[in-house]
Amino acid sequence: MSTTVASGTPGAGAVRSKSQQKRRNRYVIAPLVLIGVNVVLFLVFFVWPGALGLLYSFTDYRGVGRLNFIGLANFQKLFADATFYAALGRTFVYTVLSVPLVYVCSLGVAALLVSKAVRGRTAAKIVIFLPWLISPIVVGVIWKWMFGQDFGFVNFVIATLGGSPVPWSSNGNLALAVVIFASAWGGTAFNMLLFIAALKNIPEALLEAAELDGANAWQRFLNVTLPGIAPTSFMVILLSTIHAMKEFAMIQALTNGGPGTENTLIVQYIYKTGFEQSKVGYASAASMVLMVVLLAIALIQLRFNRKKA
Amino acid sequence: MATAANLPPVIAEEPALGAEKVEAARGQRGNREGRAKLSVPLTLLMWLIAAIYALPLLWFLLSSFKPGSELFSYPLSMIPREWTFQGFVDAWERVDFAQYFLNTATVAIVTTVLTVFFSACTGYALAKYNNKGTRLFFVCILATTMLPTEVILNPTFSVIRDLGLYNSLAGIIVPSVLTATGVFMFRQFFLTVPDDLLHSARIDGASELAIFFRIMLPLSRPILFTLAIFSFQWRWNDYIWPLIVLNDPKWYTLQVALRSIVGAENIDWPVLLGASVISILPLVLVFFVFQKYVLNADVSAGLKD
Repeated sequence: MSTTVASGTPGAGAVRSKSQQKRRNRYVIAPLVLIGVNVVLFLVFFVWPGALGLLYSFTDYRGVGRLNFIGLANFQKLFADATFYAALGRTFVYTVLSVPLVYVCSLGVAALLVSKAVRGRTAAKIVIFLPWLISPIVVGVIWKWMFGQDFGFVNFVIATLGGSPVPWSSNGNLALAVVIFASAWGGTAFNMLLFIAALKNIPEALLEAAELDGANAWQRFLNVTLPGIAPTSFMVILLSTIHAMKEFAMIQALTNGGPGTENTLIVQYIYKTGFEQSKVGYASAASMVLMVVLLAIALIQLRFNRKKA
Repeated sequence: MATAANLPPVIAEEPALGAEKVEAARGQRGNREGRAKLSVPLTLLMWLIAAIYALPLLWFLLSSFKPGSELFSYPLSMIPREWTFQGFVDAWERVDFAQYFLNTATVAIVTTVLTVFFSACTGYALAKYNNKGTRLFFVCILATTMLPTEVILNPTFSVIRDLGLYNSLAGIIVPSVLTATGVFMFRQFFLTVPDDLLHSARIDGASELAIFFRIMLPLSRPILFTLAIFSFQWRWNDYIWPLIVLNDPKWYTLQVALRSIVGAENIDWPVLLGASVISILPLVLVFFVFQKYVLNADVSAGLKD
């Protein structure tokens, strides 16, 4: 009230600014009410554990008792820990191999599914989309069943064709290959939808113009289609990379990090140290490293994307 | 004067237009011929790929109908020699599957309803109220996609425990309500709704919340369905939250229960196959009823969880 008096003209002016004030309040309070619940959830289940994780990483906390600060000891130990490096390295290998495969599969399938030359596209789309419905755990079960060393379908086919059975689960690299196949199988469906939406948005006229200029199908794809879907490509690669870095459930069911601990990925390593051995402080330090890695990946890809655009 | 001046170009344009038309027609015919030529190999390729994608699933499904003795007897056959439902019956009865099924359904349905509602609220606020607070919260939500729960397992567990949510279904439901994807989907949608609608409702004297509930929420029905299906799938298939929150087997969800079967020293394959197949059925059902909301959804930014 005092502000309206101070602002000079009483009467009409005061009324207007009062109603303005009221409206402004409405515009602040209404969104606050609307986002309130999610703000609370964000603070409780994201900021709080995040801060707590950072705190834990400087302690030797074991899940109970008081926090005992030990400075950077966890990180020193971590950077000398061969199993940590092995897990992180294996996670990188997995990511570097699985992301391109997922990308190529989903883009290839999407390109076929938007091509008018292909018959029965709706049915094919449904068939290829089905793996999306299946949980990572069951994806693991399905592929474990397919690639069983002594009883699997794949080895049976190989044996029938005259080959010798392939050690899918006792050879570390082959076991990882199966995990990569499974991730591509499970990851295609959703990214395919993203690509289909993007491909449909490329103006037909652009492709026709390129065709009139004598570009063949491959050149058209390379010079018109790919630049046209660049934002989607970027998103698919970023999301798939983050997804691969935190792969956990599927590999839990498929190999459980085996043979031995050869294919233990980083989240699994964190889970094992943090929950099974309850070295909470140490696992939190590893989590912080993973967090930094994820942030770095996101920033690098954002930078790369901006430079290209 | 004007018409006279305009005439020649029109006349001149006409043949050009005609030529263009012919050219276009020829181009189209060329296209069509090219398409016809390519149609067979491309269709074959597509269906070969579809078959490769279908194979693991088909093998898994058919195996679940085989009796335990046939699962490992060489030579394997695609079609079961003897059909049986024993695996399903065993899974359902021996492993207390009915309970897990009920738990999972409760979690998935309750979380989905909450997620859809609060995502709509938040997405609308982020799209239609542009102030410092909403802008800041948008960035916050964006950050959650970069830093997933998997990265902060232990501290998340501590938070759940300190809130008294440990070992309860609420402990899975409450933290899962906020999803960046859901918020982004609704924000994206409400950005396309013209502001005029909002202004005219305000002039008519509707309160802000009434505008949202009476006008905006009903408008967003397609997104509502799409997110509902996505959310149902995420929650049904979720593994990590149930894993850290639940301890007592009576609260287990399907995924945790399946993992305990597959993680055992000696895997009971007939039960595992039966249990896995049962666990996918509800989603398959939901998908076939609502598939247009998934397959035709204009999925965009951040649509993944």
